[in-house]
Amino acid sequence: MSRRFDFPGGIHPPTRKARSTREPLREAPLPRRVVLPLTQHRGQPAEPCVAVGERVRTGQVIARPQGRVSAALHASISGIVSAIEPRPVPHPGGLSAPCLVIEGDGSDEWAPMAALAWRTTDTETLHRRLADSGLVGLGGAGFPSQLKARLGEHHAIDTLVINAAECEPYISADDMTLRRHAAEVLEGARLLAHLLGAERILVGIEDDKPEALAALNTAITAAQSPPTIELQVIETRYPSGGENQLIRRLLGRQVPSGGLPADVGVVCHNPGTLWAALAAVRDGRPQVSRVVTLTGEALARPGNVIARLGTPLAELLEDAGLDHERLARLVMGGPMMGQPLARLDLPLIKTANCLIAASAEELPPPPPPRPCIRCGDCETACPVALAPQRLLAFAQAEADDKARELALFDCIECGACDYVCPSHLPLVAQFRAAKDRLRHKDAEAKRAERARHRYECRQARLEREAAEKEARRQARRQAASRPAAQATPRGGAGGQEAVKSLRIAQAAAKAALRKAERALARASDADAATLADLETQRATAEEHLRAAEARLTAAQGDPQNSAEETP
Amino acid sequence: MMSDVFTAVLVLLSLALAFGALLGFAAERFKVEGDPVVEKIDALLPQTQCGQCGYPGCRPYAEAIGRGEAINKCPPGGEPTIAALADLLGREPEPLDGEAQDAPRVAYIREAECIGCTKCIQACPVDAILGAARQMHTVIAEECTGCDLCLEPCPVDCIELRPREPDAWHWPRPELIASDRHAPPSIAGAASK
Repeated sequence: MSRRFDFPGGIHPPTRKARSTREPLREAPLPRRVVLPLTQHRGQPAEPCVAVGERVRTGQVIARPQGRVSAALHASISGIVSAIEPRPVPHPGGLSAPCLVIEGDGSDEWAPMAALAWRTTDTETLHRRLADSGLVGLGGAGFPSQLKARLGEHHAIDTLVINAAECEPYISADDMTLRRHAAEVLEGARLLAHLLGAERILVGIEDDKPEALAALNTAITAAQSPPTIELQVIETRYPSGGENQLIRRLLGRQVPSGGLPADVGVVCHNPGTLWAALAAVRDGRPQVSRVVTLTGEALARPGNVIARLGTPLAELLEDAGLDHERLARLVMGGPMMGQPLARLDLPLIKTANCLIAASAEELPPPPPPRPCIRCGDCETACPVALAPQRLLAFAQAEADDKARELALFDCIECGACDYVCPSHLPLVAQFRAAKDRLRHKDAEAKRAERARHRYECRQARLEREAAEKEARRQARRQAASRPAAQATPRGGAGGQEAVKSLRIAQAAAKAALRKAERALARASDADAATLADLETQRATAEEHLRAAEARLTAAQGDPQNSAEETP
Repeated sequence: MMSDVFTAVLVLLSLALAFGALLGFAAERFKVEGDPVVEKIDALLPQTQCGQCGYPGCRPYAEAIGRGEAINKCPPGGEPTIAALADLLGREPEPLDGEAQDAPRVAYIREAECIGCTKCIQACPVDAILGAARQMHTVIAEECTGCDLCLEPCPVDCIELRPREPDAWHWPRPELIASDRHAPPSIAGAASK
């Protein structure tokens, strides 16, 4: 592919992948106990649907998705649910989160779903199956896959990209998955392309994975069924596995700022996710395990294992020959974007693609930062063409709005700027903190906006009640003095004028209500808070309309109409 | 000669009439309801609807500011709100009139003590209290603005304000290096904007 279709910047860190690719993919031993956090994905936590003390079988649903962006959770071993309580989870702040604990009985008795032949099954059943299987993106972001599979409903998707670039050092989970299961991954891609309505399937793979490449070539030539699959080999450069970077490189399309790949007609999937999607449909096996790379100099037997979710990390690492003496740092994910873990008694989660048990010499702590010397190396390395040194200055000064103007939210936190910085400045950490402050500020602004709408709604209700009361009083008075009123028509020209302006007010209120109803109908797939806010605005408009109607009937002095208005 | 002058006058006159009619029509057709400046002021206020400014809500205070009222009467907004208002209206920022509030708060009803009088429900400016006569009341914490208007009417003093639970964990700010602790002038200048 020509350089014209390439993302700017990028770096070439030592890959250190050979260590974990020597041994073939193997099954990790069945854990005796698993701890399953209720949030292993983006969005709302799942809600437990089993009770403590209940017996569950492998693959049984134990927590259901809650809200639109959420994913189901399944028992990864058979046994007894022993607790639903907060436990330490892999979290950058070292926090605890609600978890479901299962004490295993060692039998691994399955409760699989019905197997489906996807080519002959209707799409709605397939969508439901993906949602029921708790699939999330296994590359690290953990976005629920069933939502990605439905992107075709609102976007015109022409290409499904299999993101096999795996550009981060150390990680080889996708590489090993493809070496053994290339055919399954491609079949999973055909399944998802079918659901998305994509005509083209493109595999993007870096040139440092010759075995996986050979396996893919064999699988592509062996396959008979359409659509055909294209393979594109790209030069190894970090971060070409970033979704937007890969799309730019393979297709020359630029995902807009703040947009999604779907906006340019592309959906990206990780090979592991595609394999899991096929297993969920073809074999009825929900997501209960994943491929994880165990590597680092503190391990005697590094390699890739298929491990059950919720397995304690200590068990996995012990099985790979962990040398506690040499372990200096434990990292989940890659060395560039992964997160350091402070303890070993944490569970394996859906988004953990790699565990690095590093020795002190291997990943030394960064030297103390020195002042920025304005060398501009970060700008050369940035794959999104941002200006990291200016962003850093604004983030340090907490001038977050300025940072937002410089497209802070386009930063993918890849760490290329940290890697090249000769002053060892913690750029990405500053960007994360600044983004967090901005998100918090936006949430507060949204909250204030909601309070304002609720206040307006209450004011409108009080006004309506006052107007209705006035209308009733008017009606009583007229009923009492009817003979006199009929003799002398009240109001005259001034009354006519008032009625006219009230009619206008009523028409305006009606229009406002229709507008609010339309806004509510349009936002039918927005999140719950937004919907509640729109509903408040609609209610406000309705109160205004009823107040206007009450005033109008009172002014027209028609006792029958006034009586109707009385609730 | 004269006819040229007449034509010019006629053309200009008809143009003036046409544009006048167009402007008049546009003024009626695209009439802005309410005062746009008040809308902008209202958007900057914190919408607690607490009445500490002496007005019955944020909107009335915004209208008063539009008429020339002081901009330093909003304790929940504090200094940032004063700065934003000063920036919008081109006035000098003044020190806050009243005590600044640090953390956001929510009302909490000690439910065992509640007698179900509905007085707090009537006082709540954002309809964030749920209950009925002689039934226990409770606060919808998500919607509560912490305005403390419900405290005063409660006959049994069973309502208190508690600090709002932080919504989520936040990424910590990395330690600044020694030379950055006193922000260099260029950055400080950008920050104050």
